[in-house]
Amino acid sequence: MILLRALGLMLVFLMASLLPSNAAESDLRAIIAKFATGTGFAATETVVRELAATGDPLVERPLAALAEGNLYIRKADSAVFVGNEAGDSVTLLDPLSGESAGEAAKADITKIKVNNTLRRVIRDALGTLTLRAKDPAVRIAAADTMFKTPDAANIEPLDAAIAAETDAKVKALFEQARAASILVSDKPEADKLAAIALIGARGDRDALSLLTPVEANAQGAVKDAATAAIASINSSLALWDAGQNIWYGISLGSVLLLAAIGLAITFGVMGVINMAHGEMVMLGAYTTFVVQQVIRTSFPGLFDWSLVIALPLAFLVAASVGLIIERGVIRFLYGRPLETLLATWGVSLVLQQAVRSIFGPTNQEVGNPSWMSGSFDVGQLAITWNRLWILVFALTVFGVLLYVMKRTPWGLQMRAVTANRRMAASMGIRTPWVDALTFALGSGIAGIAGVALSQIDNVSPNLGRGYIIDSFMVVVFGGVGNLWGTLVGAFSLGIVNKVLEPYAGAVLGKIVVLVLIILFIQKRPRGLFALKGRAAEA
Amino acid sequence: MRGNFATITKMFSAGVVAAGLSMSSPAKAAEDTIKVGILHSLSGTMAISETTLKDAMLMLIEEQNAKGGLLGKKLEAVVVDPASNWPLFAEKARELISKDKVAAVFGCWTSVSRKSVLPVFSELDNILFYPVQYEAEESERNVFYTGAAPNQQAIPAVDYLMSEDGGSVKRWVLEGTDYVYPRTTNKILEAYLKAKGVAAEDIMVNYTPFGFSDWQTEVSAIKKFGSAGKKTAVVSTVNGDANVPFYKELGNQGIKAEDIPVMAFSVGEEELAGLDTAPLVGHLAAWNYFESVDTPENKKFIADWHKFIKNDKRTTNDPMEAHYIGFNMWVKAVEKAGTTDPDKVIDAMVGVSVPNLTGGYSTMMPNHHITKPVLIGEIQADGQFETVSQTPGLVMGDEWSDYLPDSKDLISDWRAPLSCGNFNVATGRCGGKGTN
Repeated sequence: MILLRALGLMLVFLMASLLPSNAAESDLRAIIAKFATGTGFAATETVVRELAATGDPLVERPLAALAEGNLYIRKADSAVFVGNEAGDSVTLLDPLSGESAGEAAKADITKIKVNNTLRRVIRDALGTLTLRAKDPAVRIAAADTMFKTPDAANIEPLDAAIAAETDAKVKALFEQARAASILVSDKPEADKLAAIALIGARGDRDALSLLTPVEANAQGAVKDAATAAIASINSSLALWDAGQNIWYGISLGSVLLLAAIGLAITFGVMGVINMAHGEMVMLGAYTTFVVQQVIRTSFPGLFDWSLVIALPLAFLVAASVGLIIERGVIRFLYGRPLETLLATWGVSLVLQQAVRSIFGPTNQEVGNPSWMSGSFDVGQLAITWNRLWILVFALTVFGVLLYVMKRTPWGLQMRAVTANRRMAASMGIRTPWVDALTFALGSGIAGIAGVALSQIDNVSPNLGRGYIIDSFMVVVFGGVGNLWGTLVGAFSLGIVNKVLEPYAGAVLGKIVVLVLIILFIQKRPRGLFALKGRAAEA
Repeated sequence: MRGNFATITKMFSAGVVAAGLSMSSPAKAAEDTIKVGILHSLSGTMAISETTLKDAMLMLIEEQNAKGGLLGKKLEAVVVDPASNWPLFAEKARELISKDKVAAVFGCWTSVSRKSVLPVFSELDNILFYPVQYEAEESERNVFYTGAAPNQQAIPAVDYLMSEDGGSVKRWVLEGTDYVYPRTTNKILEAYLKAKGVAAEDIMVNYTPFGFSDWQTEVSAIKKFGSAGKKTAVVSTVNGDANVPFYKELGNQGIKAEDIPVMAFSVGEEELAGLDTAPLVGHLAAWNYFESVDTPENKKFIADWHKFIKNDKRTTNDPMEAHYIGFNMWVKAVEKAGTTDPDKVIDAMVGVSVPNLTGGYSTMMPNHHITKPVLIGEIQADGQFETVSQTPGLVMGDEWSDYLPDSKDLISDWRAPLSCGNFNVATGRCGGKGTN
């Protein structure tokens, strides 16, 4: 009997030694099962910490799922699963192996709730666990997390990771993360000084937020070193800040340019005070929305192309609406600016209310394609992709428009009609058609501006209202009738606005800009680049 | 700028209103029905928020009629469109009361529209139900405030952020749109934070214009403010339209909720409908109701709403719940008074208690504000909020903030014999003046 028991024990030991992962796995399962017993965020946090303490890479799956809000408890047997929502049911996966475990209705399972504190704990835990991940991007993310949340306990795993790391860039980040952890540990002063030097060399805001508490709490040489490092970071950041304000200004300028460039044609070249200009922008944005709706329901794979597809359509929609407005209303009002203003204002209200009736008064969701999301760093400058693309797009539109105006027969006719309508007519140019097409061109350009603006602003019936005043400001400031004036006007207004904003605040900044423009117009009523010659006198 | 075009807007909206009126008045003898006025903008900038409330009211009235009406009569909705034009609100309110003889009015969204109709309601002695969270510092005999006062939204939200669950925030950015609600709320919050021992240099207050769309500078200033080594949070009173570009910029500049959470007071399910919320998961909002609240009352409300509006995707939100509570309170008070005479109904209103949608009861207090639970929710990837914290009991609306020097001695009690909306307990006289 004893022999048998001993044999059995031996067998168990043997199995345990042969299949170490299985034993560990059952331990992990026991811990994971605790998710179902505790209630409240504190209980969940205890379990997360326990899982993280095992250091087993297997826990990455359940922890990552928990952070995403995808960890569920089955009500019937309190089993824990990773779930993927699909309509009313949820596909369940085993939390460790990831094997399918059937489906469940939403009513039969409860989601384990997470809040920001828990997400942070999980992120830190995953940071330590993913130091050895295969993908360098994951390792970089891990180093980043550990840098931002230093902990003396991190030093050991980081040492191991640094020794094993082959990628120089990742290794440097690991070393910075290790330095951050040394600062909060009880390591000797020399180590801390070296750490401060390493972090100070990084020179960004994250480094600053690590060093500030050190400066406040430490004594002696460490404090002095931290103070010096902070001072040097601050002085270099001040320069970057100035650069950043200029970039923000350029970016705002590109938005103003896009919004105003269509108006530079309808108002600048044709002299029509077009209050419905903003609504053309709105129509372009709604076209983008409709295109994305169709793509979402019918061709989900094309989503990243949605903006490219929307561009010509937005141009066509806005241009044809513009053509109808010109033929239906404006052509009867040439030479009567006040009536044109009132009529186009009425048209703008009609368009707004029409869109409101068709699409509803609420904002519509226009998604950002992947290439327009997120940001990248140039030094300490964070440049967001959507702003960069809008800048490129605005300049392209400007270039194309300039080419059309200056190098094509149609552009020549347009300029001829503007310069001297009767002479142009006697030369055989069909001036009414040129008017109609010019107005359609300006409206169409406003439409494609709407495609771009849908990426950074609300798509609602009020979209256009926000841009109309700014657009007029740009065109008047730059000089009516001059495309280059619009370009320079947009960028200088953008930059002045954004350079003022950090000091004066957005509200006061805008007022100051308006006052400056009023003063400028007093001095130069025709704007920056006044048209010379006969057109100016007409 | 909008003001300059007010007259033109008015001319245009007259047509819309006429159309709206003829639609909403069924051919019935006037004596058979009790008329209920709905004063929400159906055009102009505020239509985005207010149209939903008009529809919610029409649904509530339809349901009440299906239950047999009120005092044996059918209810009849009278819809007018004040077109987001503040003076027009007063005109339309006058029209509803004097011409249409409505028994009560449900309406207004912005504080300025409410302020513009106040004199009309006290002059013609009618009742207004105001359903939106607001800055308080007001209590009128003819108005019932069913939205949250600052202590039913802002203060509990800040308390949550200061708690361990909320991340023990030490540094505060108060970001708002430049008008009365954010300015007053931020004044109260600043005083409250300082009373809690937050140093002045740990508070940054910033305002932006209405409909602001270029948030680059502001977001990078928040980033900069947050890099001082202390846990930082943003308390946002940014209004409606400006929120979408604000959140887009936050997402693009990589500000995560785990690092710098944004607690919003004006962002509900409806505002999130225009956004891809995946990068915003974890940012917070404080309300008295979320569509995701799991109670039988709420499930029924949502189902009824989808059926009424014939669209399964339309969200419900906090002001809709406020109208739900307000309307049911009015119905109960009218039944209690046995008449729709505003004077009698106003007296009958105080103490009326009706179920809210979060599983409890809301009661009308003597200061014409109601009791509500306060919920803190985190934005989820599906555009809904998940409740992460809830006040243990109901919070009573405090009309005069205890944290502002001008209003801390004021109380409001509309019951006889006091019957005063601004009684100063220090001087013992009626007629104190708050901060506005």
